[in-house]
Amino acid sequence: MKPISTITGRGVAIRRTSVDTDQIIAARHCLRTTRTGFAEHLFATWRAEPGFPIGDPAHAGATILFGGADFGSGSSREHAVWALQDYGFTVVVASRFGDIFFDNAVRSGLVPAVVDDDAATAMMDVVEADPAAEVTVDLVSLTLRTARTEAPIRMSTDTRQRFLDGHDGIDVTLRHEAAIRAFELTHVPIVKAS
Amino acid sequence: MSTLLDKIWDAHTVHRGAGGTDLLYVDFHLLHEGSSPQAFEGLRLAGRTVRRPDLTLATEDHVVPTRDLLSPSGVAATMVQALRRNCEEFGVPLHRSGSDGQGIVHVIGPELGITQPGRVILCGDSHTSTHGALGALAFGIGTSQVEHVLATQTAAFAKPKAMAVTLHGALPEGVSAKDVALAMIGRIGTGGAQGHVIEYRGAAVEAMSMEARLTLCNMSIEAGAKTGMVAPDAVTAEYLRGRPYAPVGRAWDEAVASWSALHSDDDAEFDRRVDIDVTTLSPFVSWGTNPSQVVALDGVVPDPAADPDLALRSAAERALTYMDLTPGTPMREIPVDVVFLGSCTNGRIEDLRAAAGILDGHRIASGVRMLVVPGSAAVKKTAESEGLDEVFRSAGAEWRSAGCSLCVAMNDDSLAAGERCASTSNRNFEGRQGRGGRTHLVSPTTAAATALTGRLTAPSDLGARR
Repeated sequence: MKPISTITGRGVAIRRTSVDTDQIIAARHCLRTTRTGFAEHLFATWRAEPGFPIGDPAHAGATILFGGADFGSGSSREHAVWALQDYGFTVVVASRFGDIFFDNAVRSGLVPAVVDDDAATAMMDVVEADPAAEVTVDLVSLTLRTARTEAPIRMSTDTRQRFLDGHDGIDVTLRHEAAIRAFELTHVPIVKAS
Repeated sequence: MSTLLDKIWDAHTVHRGAGGTDLLYVDFHLLHEGSSPQAFEGLRLAGRTVRRPDLTLATEDHVVPTRDLLSPSGVAATMVQALRRNCEEFGVPLHRSGSDGQGIVHVIGPELGITQPGRVILCGDSHTSTHGALGALAFGIGTSQVEHVLATQTAAFAKPKAMAVTLHGALPEGVSAKDVALAMIGRIGTGGAQGHVIEYRGAAVEAMSMEARLTLCNMSIEAGAKTGMVAPDAVTAEYLRGRPYAPVGRAWDEAVASWSALHSDDDAEFDRRVDIDVTTLSPFVSWGTNPSQVVALDGVVPDPAADPDLALRSAAERALTYMDLTPGTPMREIPVDVVFLGSCTNGRIEDLRAAAGILDGHRIASGVRMLVVPGSAAVKKTAESEGLDEVFRSAGAEWRSAGCSLCVAMNDDSLAAGERCASTSNRNFEGRQGRGGRTHLVSPTTAAATALTGRLTAPSDLGARR
């Protein structure tokens, strides 16, 4: 994973709550054995609706997605994260995320930035009024900024450090190989008895 | 002063991180074809192996056809072949389609006795919360975390908060665990338990069978919870006794003795408490496009304008447009095209028995298509030995083989655009059962009663008709 400290780009807002991962990418488009090739299916059904911001030329090239509360609820499919990245997003901002989506995003290097509901709404107003407005996600100071607004990002120390370092999660865990081995020595395993 | 969550978490912590992330040992890792191919590919690219194939088990459920036991075709076949190749290469046991042990991953885990009290069980599927019914700590994970578990037999998590949901009183006749789950999600919302592990407690939970508890815990994720769980008791031990992975002899006695400590202490502190009086509940049904948009079956389609919360109001308006419903319409007047009985929520033998009890000797309404998809090959076999397959077939329903089927619509079972389905599954998201399909979440008995009338119907409504 590449280290990430600051990302600046243009934003686009989906003003809907509980955007579940089935909407981000439908199950029928998850029948792949790769982590790529999902971009064309991102929000496929909603993109056919008039006025839906993803796919709107005015927002072409946006890299920061704003969503309503409970973004990424539902299915654990990591394909939702891969589809967002495949399309070009590097950050998703919401006041609350589905737990598994959040974890998947962190592990895949998509920044899930939690801000207050009011701050998220204010930022959505900015990017809707001016699709060219610059948005900055600063993981060093944990702030989300536009020229007119600024809000703190809520993120745990470990999650922030993971982005700043860009280390592979498995490598980090394998540093504790001795502890895992020691644990296994005394822990009773589940075994097939009959 | 510890919660059940604290006890299991502490007993599995391999390394306590300073920055909020703990490394947990994983007692068992369940795999399926849908979320694992990229994880195995990651191992291959990094030259890693599966650390504990003996603590790993795979099955085929998400994309397999259920109409017959023929192999899947097209892209689905690629997924199944990838799983078979990966399991062979990495030495992971696989319960293939057509074998006795195959089935929906959350049905076979408990059925085989793999899911045990006090254990940490992970699977690349959000409904892994199901396994919490046996007092296990069981989370759904994404593919990157699947790869991590395969490589290290551990998972790194920040410890979730603890939430107590207490179900007071006794469930009225005709009200099931599914109705309780829908009513709870309706009350707290799709994000109501976000960041929390729900521990279900109270008289109604204690009185539930293991299969009812599995349904209840299964739906926890729909309230945004990390998982759900129930402290083990005599029902748990009775359920597990004699199952293939359950301990035997002295090990069994020791295990049962150790489970008695697996409960939240009387003075344990929960971060949040929700109390539900179940004595006033009745059958529930969803009207919208997320599992919090529910109402009692004897109610009407709600009016979004009555919701003071602007975001919820706008979501409700969108949902009603998608569902093609008008506020004020009695739920009982809504006609359906399809009825689906199955899934990790309601595809176990008790669910099939309950539905068959309603259908026995009757025919489903003309124009209604009903699919009955057992949760596992073992459930199918038991049902057939009890003659339930004949009850379903005689009623006019299709009797299928085990798989996820119409719950996730990744195989050849799906709704056509505009079709309306009463479904015992867990998600009524837009397009979940097929693009443009409309889903009403219901219990197995409501599904069966609905199949008979062709409109959303509770079993108690049938009295006058029969």
